[in-house]
Amino acid sequence: MTSRSVRLKTTWIWIFLLPTVVLYGVYTIYPIIASYWYSLVEWNGFDADQKFVGLSNYREVFADPLFWNSFKVTLFFMLLVVPARVLLTLLLAMILNSPKLPLIGLLRSAFFIPVVTTTAIIGVVMRFILDPASGPISTALTKLGFGGVDFLGDQHLALPTAAVLYVWKFFGVTMIYWLAALQTIPYELYEAARIDGAGTGQLFRHITVPMLKPFLIIITVLTIEETFHNFDLMYTLTGGGPYFHTEIIEIYIYRWAFAASIPQLGHASAAAVIFGLLVAVVGAVQLWGVYAGRRLRGDQR
Amino acid sequence: MTAQVVVRTDRQRRLLHRLPWWIAALFLVGIAVVWIFPFLWMLSASLKDNMEMFTGGLKLWPDKFVWDNYTRAWNDAHFGRYLINTVVVTVITVVIVTVRCATAGYVLARYRFRGSKLFLGVLVATLFVPTGYTIIPVVKISMQLHLIDSLTGLILALSGGAYVSAILLYYGYFRQIPRELEEAAIVDGAGFVRIFFSVMLPLAMPVTATVAVLTFITTWNAFFLPLVFTFSRADLRTVSVGMQAFVGETATDWAGMAAAGVISIVPVVVLFIFLQRYFVEGISGAVKS
Repeated sequence: MTSRSVRLKTTWIWIFLLPTVVLYGVYTIYPIIASYWYSLVEWNGFDADQKFVGLSNYREVFADPLFWNSFKVTLFFMLLVVPARVLLTLLLAMILNSPKLPLIGLLRSAFFIPVVTTTAIIGVVMRFILDPASGPISTALTKLGFGGVDFLGDQHLALPTAAVLYVWKFFGVTMIYWLAALQTIPYELYEAARIDGAGTGQLFRHITVPMLKPFLIIITVLTIEETFHNFDLMYTLTGGGPYFHTEIIEIYIYRWAFAASIPQLGHASAAAVIFGLLVAVVGAVQLWGVYAGRRLRGDQR
Repeated sequence: MTAQVVVRTDRQRRLLHRLPWWIAALFLVGIAVVWIFPFLWMLSASLKDNMEMFTGGLKLWPDKFVWDNYTRAWNDAHFGRYLINTVVVTVITVVIVTVRCATAGYVLARYRFRGSKLFLGVLVATLFVPTGYTIIPVVKISMQLHLIDSLTGLILALSGGAYVSAILLYYGYFRQIPRELEEAAIVDGAGFVRIFFSVMLPLAMPVTATVAVLTFITTWNAFFLPLVFTFSRADLRTVSVGMQAFVGETATDWAGMAAAGVISIVPVVVLFIFLQRYFVEGISGAVKS
């Protein structure tokens, strides 16, 4: 190839990458780096002047009990939803994977529908459905002789209620993960084992479980990462209340950066950087998990 | 005579064998109805009058059909405008994201150039960046570029976010296309751009469909970015932000709210029903790769 055509090719390569370089650069890469700078300044977002204050924002964030509260809520929420999402979906996926089950397409779609609907709208509608004074659930409970329950207003019930709704909303995603994993197991394996006289329990223990083990790691970590993106549901459902009992870190950041009468962008950025580090640590565990999962799968071949 | 008996018992046995599966299916249908109950309830609430909504409890069939809720949601609550905003933002974002992910995935998969490894590495490292982390600089830079409080700014911010998985989907697909195909096209005199548009991109149709459908649903449902981009411009709200504002502004019109919810959700649900296959493929791609 002549040097001219090589140069032409290189030009085209970068033209093809240009939209991603510009858009991804401006709206993802730059913010990741800029967050660090903003976390070192004191700044209300309106004025041009940003005062460099060193690590004092971090000191403030670390000294703020409400930050630790939001940190705790985020992790506690994760502990509530991840096991439910990972294990219950496996159960349903195994049922929905059996070729003998009638109406299978219809059932899969029904369990998947909540995933595609707008989370923020679900949050608003659910707030009405669960309303203690006039919502249909409470009306029905009252008719049955129970008192109305304030699912979202009670400080002990709000987070578990949000967790149940979250699991319901995103159940379908993990279900699809498991269906994809189950489809990697060749059906002949089951048939051969059945001819050898294996029962259903044995099939599950000796074929399904070992074949799914590498996927368990991948699916668990994917699910954990997804629970960090929960602003939409929490904000519309509870707004962080009652008394910060459901304030996840994303709402904490939002409150300091946008909802306060005088925005404290430095403080919010410091919280955001810590949040980013938390997500990155889990992401690193993920890469390790995928790697370990691959090796597990490799060993079986 | 004996043969007939054998046939009949065979069929009976098969029916008997199927019976537990049908029972399981019916049981699951029951669960599925409870599962989608909130949507059924919202649909029915959107047709009740506000009085019946408070007293009706979980009853689904309205006593009297009130279509006026939809008129109020569409005109008074501005959901007609919000719907148009959402459609405009979503369609343009889908086009931008699909084009930029296809071209980037293509050159990363088919060409080795200086920085290609680094490029891919940066993409993978930022796979899970949450919006809550990037939101402040995104708003700040949009203010500097005079793109805040505008649909253009919102579209650019939405198409610049994540979507690493879409690039990786294209990357994986383009990588396994045999080199001979490209060489044949070069012999025919096709250049860089022609090879991409008339050979590679048509081959990648299934990936394009998956990426487009996933992006459509993500964008339609987006809330955090549309919320902060329309703080001072109520006329630019998308349906998800409009819904949140509706409750704040007209707290008493719950039937109108339900109608607005139906208006906002029906387009994605219809899209999902028709293009389910691509959607499922896109999500399972995360596990397979």
